[in-house]
Amino acid sequence: MSASDIRAEARRVLGICDACGYCNGFCDLFEAARRRSALTDADLAHLANLCHACRNCFQACQYAPPHVFAVNVPRTLARMRHQSYLDHVWPQTFAPLLNHPVATVIGVTLGAILLLFALVLAFAPAGGGLAIETGATAGAFYRVLPWTLMVGLGVLPLGWSALAIGLGWRRYWGLTRPRRATTGEARRRWCAWRTTLADILNLRNLRGGGVGCNDLDARFSPWRRWLHQTLLGGLGLSFAATLAATFYHHGLGLQAPYPLLSPPVLLGTLGGIALMIASLGLGWLEWRTAPEPIASESRRLDQAFLGLLLAVAGSGLALLLWRATPAMASLLVVHLGTVLAFFMLLPYSKFVHAGYRAIALRCESLDPVSID
Amino acid sequence: MIPAYGDDDKADYSSNPSQALSNIFAVPRPDHRGTPSPAPRPDPDVLVIGGGAAALCAAITARRAGCSVLLAEQAPPALRGGNTRHSRNLRLSHHAPTPFTHGVYPPDEFWAELTRATEGTADPVLGRLLVERSTELTDWLSAAGVPLQPIASGVLPESRRTAFLLGGGKTLLNRLYDLAERLGVEIRYACEIRDPVIVGGRLTEIRAPDPLAPRAAIACCGGAQANRDWLRRHWGAAADGFINRGTPFASGALLESLLRQGVEPVGDPKAAYLVAVDARSPADDGGIVTRVRCMPEGLVVDTQGQRRHDEGGDTASTRYALWGQRLARWPDQTGYLILDARGQRAAPPALYPPLCADSLDGLASALGLDPAALQTTVDDYNAAVRAPSDEHDDWHTLGVNPPKTRHARPLTEPPFAAYPMRPGITFTYQGLAVDAHARVRLSTGGVVENLFAAGMIMAPNLMARGYVSGLALSIGLVFGRLAGEEAAGHVRQ
Ligand SMILES: Cc1cc2nc3c(=O)[nH]c(=O)nc-3n(C[C@H](O)[C@H](O)[C@H](O)COP(=O)(O)OP(=O)(O)OC[C@H]3O[C@@H](n4cnc5c(N)ncnc54)[C@H](O)[C@@H]3O)c2cc1C
Ligand code: HEM
Ligand code: SF4
Ligand code: SF4
Repeated sequence: MSASDIRAEARRVLGICDACGYCNGFCDLFEAARRRSALTDADLAHLANLCHACRNCFQACQYAPPHVFAVNVPRTLARMRHQSYLDHVWPQTFAPLLNHPVATVIGVTLGAILLLFALVLAFAPAGGGLAIETGATAGAFYRVLPWTLMVGLGVLPLGWSALAIGLGWRRYWGLTRPRRATTGEARRRWCAWRTTLADILNLRNLRGGGVGCNDLDARFSPWRRWLHQTLLGGLGLSFAATLAATFYHHGLGLQAPYPLLSPPVLLGTLGGIALMIASLGLGWLEWRTAPEPIASESRRLDQAFLGLLLAVAGSGLALLLWRATPAMASLLVVHLGTVLAFFMLLPYSKFVHAGYRAIALRCESLDPVSID
Repeated sequence: MIPAYGDDDKADYSSNPSQALSNIFAVPRPDHRGTPSPAPRPDPDVLVIGGGAAALCAAITARRAGCSVLLAEQAPPALRGGNTRHSRNLRLSHHAPTPFTHGVYPPDEFWAELTRATEGTADPVLGRLLVERSTELTDWLSAAGVPLQPIASGVLPESRRTAFLLGGGKTLLNRLYDLAERLGVEIRYACEIRDPVIVGGRLTEIRAPDPLAPRAAIACCGGAQANRDWLRRHWGAAADGFINRGTPFASGALLESLLRQGVEPVGDPKAAYLVAVDARSPADDGGIVTRVRCMPEGLVVDTQGQRRHDEGGDTASTRYALWGQRLARWPDQTGYLILDARGQRAAPPALYPPLCADSLDGLASALGLDPAALQTTVDDYNAAVRAPSDEHDDWHTLGVNPPKTRHARPLTEPPFAAYPMRPGITFTYQGLAVDAHARVRLSTGGVVENLFAAGMIMAPNLMARGYVSGLALSIGLVFGRLAGEEAAGHVRQ
C-alpha cells in the first residue's frame, strides 16, 4: 500500500466512525477524530499515534469485514502509524531499516558483538580480555574491555541516536501540535502536563474504558497493558542501576563488578527480570493474538524490538549468573554488544513510538476541549 | 478527553476484571458449575431459534436452569446477532442514579411513556412485566460480563432513560456468546430453523434442517423487515424503494409459517418503522451510519424539486422516523436534502459525502432534477425567510407552503450540496401474540404449551405502532430471560 492509499483508507474508515461513534467509550480516539473531522495529513498522523491498538473497536465493530464497509480501525491506524514513523526517520535514507526490522536487529546486534570481540582482542590489557580467569573481582570488567573504550562505545551511539530521534520527534511535534489560540495560556499548558504524564503511566487508552483490551480475541484482558507497564518499570530500574553504578564508580571510587546485594546489581537484576517477563509476555500475546486487527509491518517491528530487549535483558542476567566463571568475558562482550545495538537502533526501531505517543497524548491534553 | 472509568464504579459494575485475568489463559470450555451436564440425546431440552439479544438471554437462562440448550443462528459467525449487532442503547427503569444513567426513571414513568408513544397499543400485563423487570437488566448484564458505558466517560448524550452498551450491540453479543459457550449451550451457525409443526397445541417437530423434537422452543428470530415479498405484499411497488438497515436474515419465514398454523397474530402487518437513510446505502445491513439527520438545516425536495413538509417542525430524534414514513409515500420513495455551505457546516458527520455543485443549477443536473423547478423552490423559500423578531423567536418563513417554522435560514451561500434519501426499514410491526409467560397464543384461544417467543418477533404485543429509543433491546433482554425461565420450567414439569 502506498502512503496515499493508507491515508485514503484511514480517512474512509474514520469517516464511518465519525458517523457511528459506538466505540467512543473505549478510548480518546473517536472524540478526537470528530473534533478533527477535516482529517488533514497531520490529523491522521496524530490520530494514528493516539490509538493505543487495544483492538476493542475491531471486535466491537458492526462493520468489520466481511461487512461491505470493511471497517478495521486498529489495522488501518497501525499502517498509518507505521507510515508516520517512516515519514519522520532522520536521516531519511535509514527509513528502510523500519521496513526490515528483523534483519536490521539481527544484523546490527551480531555486528556489534563481533565488533566488540575484535576490540577486546585488539585492546585488552595484558592478562585480561577473553583469557581472564575469574570475573568477580573488582575492576575485572575493565580488564576485558578498558573503561574509556566502554564508555566511548556507549556515549557515541547514544549521542547520535539522541540527535536522530530528537530531530524526528521534533518534526512530528511541529506537524501535529495544536495551533488553536486557547492552548497558549502558560498555566493551563503546565497543568496539562499532569494529564499527559498520567496518561503515559496509566496507559489509560489501553484500559478500554475500564474493561481492558482484546489482547487475544474478543475477550477483555488487562495483560498487554500490565506487561507494557512492567516493561517501562524494567527499563526504569535498569536506568537507575546505571546511575547507581556511575555513582559507585565516580562518587565512591569503587570498580565494577559490585556485590550481589549492592544497589546497582539489585536494581539491574530486578530491571532485567522485569524486562524479560515483559518482553516474553508481550511476545507471547503478539504470537497468539487474532491476526485480523494487526498490520504485518507493525507486528514485525514489535517482534524485532521485543527480541532485542530480550537479548539485552537475557544477556545481562546471564552475565550476572556466571560472572564468577571463565565465561564472564564472553558474556560481557555479548551483553555489551546487545546494549550497543539497542543504543544504535533507538531511532530506527519500535522505540520511536515512545516519543510519538507521548506527543500525541500531550496534544490531546492541550486540546482546548479537554482542558475546559 | 475521557476521564478514566471511576474505580468506585468499577467495583460494582465493571465486567469483572478479575475474571479477565483467567480469560487470557482460558480455553473456552463448558462451565458446569451448578448445572447438570447436557443430556446426550440429540433432541435438546430447549431449542432457541435466532442469535440476537433475545436468543442469547433465553439460551443462557434456560441453560443456567439446568436444561440442555441448542441455539440455532441462521447467520454465519461473522454476521451473527441480527439487528442487535447494530444497536447501542437500552431503556431501563431505575430507582436511583447508576454509573450508566442519570437521575431516576421509575417503572411507572416508563409505562406511561410507552403507552403514550404506542398510542395505547401496549399490552398492560406484558408492559408491567417489561418496565418492572427492566430494573434488573444492569445487574444481569454486568454479571454476564456485558459492559455498559459509564456516563463518566463524558462522551454520551445526557440520558436518564437509556443506558449505552460500551462498544455497542456487538460487544454485548461477543460477551453473551462467550458466556453461553462456557455454560455449555450448543451453538449452530448458518442453521436456519423452519417448518414448525403444531399439533394439538404442541410444537411436535421442527427442522434444523434435520427434524428435531425439542421439549420446548423459543422463537427469537426477529421481524420480517428483510423479506421483500412481505414488504411488497403490504406496500406494493413502494417496497422496492426501501433500504433494509439491519440484518438480511430477518426473513420472517418462521413467523409466517407459525401464523399460517393458527398462531394468533398481533400488531399491524402493513406497518414498518422507517427512517430516512442515504439512498446510496447498501441494500441490507447499513446500520446506524446511513441515517440522514440534518433536515432542519436545509430543504427537502422530491423528484419534482418541490417541498412537501415543514423541515423545521421536528427537531427531536423522532424526526428520523417521521421522514422515513413520508419518503415511503413520495414518488420513487426518494427525496433530496438540499443544503448550502452554511448548512453543510452545521451538518453532523455522515457516511457518504453529499453531492456538491457550485450552483443550484449544477446541483439539479447532478441529481437529475429540473433546474428551473429547484431554483424556483429555493427562491420562493428564500423570499419567505424571516429573521427572528425577538430572542424567543426562531428563523421562520412567511407566505410559503409548506412553511418552515424553525431553523429557516436562507439557502444562499455556495457551494450547494444534496443528500439523496430513501426510507430505511428497521423492523416490521406484526408478531406472535404471547401470554404473560411469553408462551405463544393460538387464534382459537389457548396456547402452544411448549413454544415461547422473545424479542422483536413478539415486540408488537408491546408496541403495535410508535417507538421510543432503546425499547427493542429491552424487550429482547427482558422477555428473552423470561422465556428462558418459562421454557426451563416447562421442561422440568
Ligand atoms: C441500525 C439499527 C439500530 C438499532 N439501534 C437500537 C438501539 O440502539 N436500541 C434498541 O433498543 N434497539 C435498536 N435497534 C433495534 C434492535 O436492535 C433490535 O430490534 C433488537 O435487538 C432485536 O433483537 P432480537 O433478538 O429480537 O432480534 P435480532 O437481533 O434481529 O436477532 C434475530 C436473529 O434471528 C436469526 N434468525 C432469523 N430467522 C431465523 C431462522 N429461521 N432460524 C434461525 N435463526 C434465525 C437472525 O439471524 C438473527 O440472529 C436497532 C436496529 C437497527 C437496524
Ligand atoms: C511515552 C511512553 C510510551 C507509551 C505511551 C507507549 C505506548 C505503547 C502502546 C500504546 C503500545 C501498543 C501499540 C503499539 O504497538 O504501538 C506500545 C507497544 C510497545 N511498546 Fe510502548 N510506549 C511507551 C514507551 C515505551 C518504551 C520506552 C519501550 C521500551 C523501550 C516500549 C516498548 C514497547 C513494545 C516492545 C511494544 C510492543 C508491544 C506489543 O507487542 O504489543 N514502549 N507502547
Ligand atoms: S469501529 Fe465500527 S462500531 Fe466502532 S465507531 Fe467505528 S464504525 Fe462504529
Ligand atoms: S485504542 Fe483501541 S478502541 Fe481506540 S481506536 Fe485504537 S484499537 Fe480502537
